[in-house]
Amino acid sequence: MRAGDIAQAVGNTPLVALPNLSPEGYTVHLKLEGHNPTGSVKDRVAAYLIREAERHGLLQPGQRVLEPTSGNTGIGLAAICKVKGYPLTCVMPENTSEERRQLLTMFGAEIVFSPATEGSNGSVRVAREMAAADPDVHMPFQYGNAANALAHYETTAPEIIADLPEVAAFVAGLGTGGTVTGAGKRLKAWNPAIKVFAAEPEYGDLVYGLRNLDEGYVPEVLDQGVLDSRIKVNSLKALTATRELAEREGIFAGVSTGASLVVAQRICRRLPEGSHVVALSPDGGWKYLSTGAYAPGDVKEIASAISGTLWA
Amino acid sequence: MPTVRIPTVLRKHTAGEAKVAAPGSTVREVFDALIATHPGLGEDLLEDDGAVRGFINVYVDDEDIRYVSGIDTPVEDDGEIAIMPAVAGGAG
Repeated sequence: MRAGDIAQAVGNTPLVALPNLSPEGYTVHLKLEGHNPTGSVKDRVAAYLIREAERHGLLQPGQRVLEPTSGNTGIGLAAICKVKGYPLTCVMPENTSEERRQLLTMFGAEIVFSPATEGSNGSVRVAREMAAADPDVHMPFQYGNAANALAHYETTAPEIIADLPEVAAFVAGLGTGGTVTGAGKRLKAWNPAIKVFAAEPEYGDLVYGLRNLDEGYVPEVLDQGVLDSRIKVNSLKALTATRELAEREGIFAGVSTGASLVVAQRICRRLPEGSHVVALSPDGGWKYLSTGAYAPGDVKEIASAISGTLWA
Repeated sequence: MPTVRIPTVLRKHTAGEAKVAAPGSTVREVFDALIATHPGLGEDLLEDDGAVRGFINVYVDDEDIRYVSGIDTPVEDDGEIAIMPAVAGGAG
């Protein structure tokens, strides 16, 4: 498989069945987005954010790109921006893992930290303030940019349809909402009977704690109408499933994958027996090794010890 | 009796309790019972027309009630209702 540059090497990821972790009578498949060039599904989004900005004349040669990101989008953008000659500033919560900081720095991105207590909402707030104060930067803003969902509409979903035309349900994590919205719309356009489920991380009290109920944030990219349901998954369940994936299927994935797997297993019984379910695995576990998520020991103790950084 | 998980910002109405039990077989019944014993909760939780406020997500056994039967979603006697503020995503 040849590619002219890194941006063209995005996508065409493997769809892998889980013979040992599928509920009896059903088959759950994982789409392993960790196989993208910088190791996450966000390479698709980063490539589309830059491509659409260039196409619409929003990004001039050498112009600085600014984006709020907890890591994966930033790393994907950093690789593409480096190759294309755009300097990049990423705003991310200060509690994100060391691996992500090192990767971003290596790709030449500047990092601005937002308070851990504000989670991703804090990154959004800080990035918006910075963009408002500096008219020379371009902020693609994945939470509100249609290119985010378009990447999944034009690439992720068609790959699933080509590999598994009988797919009955699709599960993906709820972050910006781009994956469920874009892939979900395309899958339903192709077969309206396909169900779409969002796995929503249940954050710790650290993130929810200081949240004012009047300042909630629902990303503009998310089209809630495409969802058939939305199921939250706590740290312990997600981490347990993630570790089981390694132990029983030989798949080393990030914790968001475990959350989507939990939802995929739960919704199988709502479908006719024999159904095939696709859960999207956004990334591998490599960037999270330093959190201790994969360390030997009692999964309950590990989940509670790292609940503050697990979803960061 | 179902239990209700209270987010940090609303615990001022529950004397700091993170979990409160209240009777009922739907979210509406449980919320009515809860508000009767913790009056301040009503104003923070519901709009004037009785709908759940926009940036609050309510889950029964982890499932968002918007996709079940809204405020009339049934709750088992050993079920859990969780009230959570809406939060932008993690793996972004």
